[in-house]
Amino acid sequence: MTDISTFAATDTDAAATTDAPRLIAEHLSLGYGDRLIVDDLDLIVPTGVVTTVIGPNGCGKSTLLRALSRLLRPRAGSVLLDGQVITSMRAREVARVLGMLPQAPVAPEGLTVADLVSRGRHPHQSWLRQWSSDDEQEVGVALEQTGIADLADRPVDELSGGQRQRAWISMALAQGTDILLLDEPTTYLDLAHSVEVLDLVDRLHSELGRTVVMVLHDLNLAVRYSDHLVVMKAGRIVAAGAPAEVISVELLREVFGLDGAVIDDPVSGRPLIVPIGARHVYGTVGGADRKEGRDTPGDQDQRPYDQG
Amino acid sequence: MTDSTTLPAPDRRTRRLVQVSAAIPSRPALRIGPVSLVWRGRHVLVCAALAVAAFLLLCVSLGRGDYPLSVPQVLDVLAGGGARLDRFIVLDLRLPRGIGAVVVGAALAVAGAITQSLSRNPLASPDILGITAGASAAAVALIVVTGGGSIVGLLAGLGLPLAALLGGLLTAFVIYLLAWRNGVEGFRLVLIGIGANAMLIALTNWMLVSADINDVARAQVWLTGSLNGAAWSQVVPAGIALAVIGTWTLIAGFTVGALRLGDDTARSLGIRLQTQQGLLLAAACGLAGIATAAAGPIGFVALAAPQLAVRLVRADGPPIVASALTGAVLVVGSDIIARTVLPVALPVGLVTSALGGPFLLYLLVRSNRKVSA
Repeated sequence: MTDISTFAATDTDAAATTDAPRLIAEHLSLGYGDRLIVDDLDLIVPTGVVTTVIGPNGCGKSTLLRALSRLLRPRAGSVLLDGQVITSMRAREVARVLGMLPQAPVAPEGLTVADLVSRGRHPHQSWLRQWSSDDEQEVGVALEQTGIADLADRPVDELSGGQRQRAWISMALAQGTDILLLDEPTTYLDLAHSVEVLDLVDRLHSELGRTVVMVLHDLNLAVRYSDHLVVMKAGRIVAAGAPAEVISVELLREVFGLDGAVIDDPVSGRPLIVPIGARHVYGTVGGADRKEGRDTPGDQDQRPYDQG
Repeated sequence: MTDSTTLPAPDRRTRRLVQVSAAIPSRPALRIGPVSLVWRGRHVLVCAALAVAAFLLLCVSLGRGDYPLSVPQVLDVLAGGGARLDRFIVLDLRLPRGIGAVVVGAALAVAGAITQSLSRNPLASPDILGITAGASAAAVALIVVTGGGSIVGLLAGLGLPLAALLGGLLTAFVIYLLAWRNGVEGFRLVLIGIGANAMLIALTNWMLVSADINDVARAQVWLTGSLNGAAWSQVVPAGIALAVIGTWTLIAGFTVGALRLGDDTARSLGIRLQTQQGLLLAAACGLAGIATAAAGPIGFVALAAPQLAVRLVRADGPPIVASALTGAVLVVGSDIIARTVLPVALPVGLVTSALGGPFLLYLLVRSNRKVSA
């Protein structure tokens, strides 16, 4: 567990689901202009669970997500969706199987929630069939599932951040795709709204059986809400697997350059990352005296965390 | 169990030919056989009102002139009756100008609605982006280069409109290339368009300064945007082009709603972004070019009409049909003002600019406030 290179091997363990993988990246190289961002990356997205890609800023997380959703054509290698090379598939075909929500999308001024969610039906519509009973039903269900049915007539730009994000997720749901890619669905949201949105994402896979791949910045939220973590650094995957197997003090230091402690989350039992900064640590500037007798779990004679 | 008695059986519901459903109240459905659409009452009402307004204004316009006719007289002529002289004046002398105003207004407005939708920016209209300026520069170049003599002949009928059309398309193509950076972002497109606009106006002015004085006079009249010279030979081709491109735009416009959500979202909804953007932009340039070719650069209609229409129907972006009708109302109305306010008949472009300038300022102030809010 201490050697980072062994983590990649746990990939298949976490993917131990009954369903065959539907989204696979093989020898993927990605870049913009003359800048190479992702180099020779292999990834198997486990079906029916939530996979979260984490990594420091600029490591290529979002770029990877764009390639997985056919928004970015790979320099080399390929993304396979149900065994077909995704760039050779028709856009509409892909859009019926795989939905993608970009980071911080902006709705046009005055667009109502119902209209936004209905846009998700676009891949199933044509000029003559713009609002079939199937469309109507799917949109109604999507509005209910995301708990925004009572906001249906409100303009999207008047909603709070959390409601707005739920409206966009509702649109992606109405698209009716088995696979859903979310690029930082909690951007600009406070903690309460982030949890609300991630609870919704969790329900997408637990109740609706969707396969979710998302990029998250917040490590603790990623650990909490993912079945499978993919850790990236400088365009490569350095670890992948269940959160408890992947997250360690060494990984934090090596990948994120973060000195941290990993303790058991008293709520979920999953790992909880506690960053160690320069200040406000027991016995340092701004920190409490170690012997103050706080009611911290595991507070014995030594520091209540494992420093690796 | 109680549900099955209160709800109609699903199979019976789908079998009905015309089906009206309102499970989502803000999007009532109208379904006729395999065809289905969202019934937008306000949209239909606004379009009907605009069509009536355009028609009435057209009748008023047809009655104006040295030989005034009342609206009932004009209606009588249009219905097939009326005295011979009235028929000659309305149908042969004044109708080309009236229909020309409708066609030019509608074409400019649809062009504006498309460019504003694609760039998600209310400022991105063909006259701001330099497409109209490109058409003008090409037309003035033709007038100046060929001189006064030949322009009267073959070139007057075909050459000038064609040059304007090509100039507009070429400008649009160059602007699109310059604005392209992994997709076209609205603000970037507007800034590059403003630059192109300034350069093309400078080029046009330089040509005017250095050209023969007779050519300059001719070019100047054309440049202000005037319906004075409108004849069937110009109006009919423009009308046909508007009908063809406009119909195609309506069909392709089905994707515009999704395009307004942003490039990435549109693509993940299965839209072939570059193809759609390119085709729609070409259609917009075609329409703007046709309108400019027929009547010169009539300012601000392409900017204002879609923005007025979007406020009337309360949609999330410029609606195509309502914009076209608003454009027609604006140009026909402006043409009436241009001919009646002062004893001298003004070019219609002067009136639309005078009305459109304040509207542009309003948009700028408003969008500025929105950013700072």
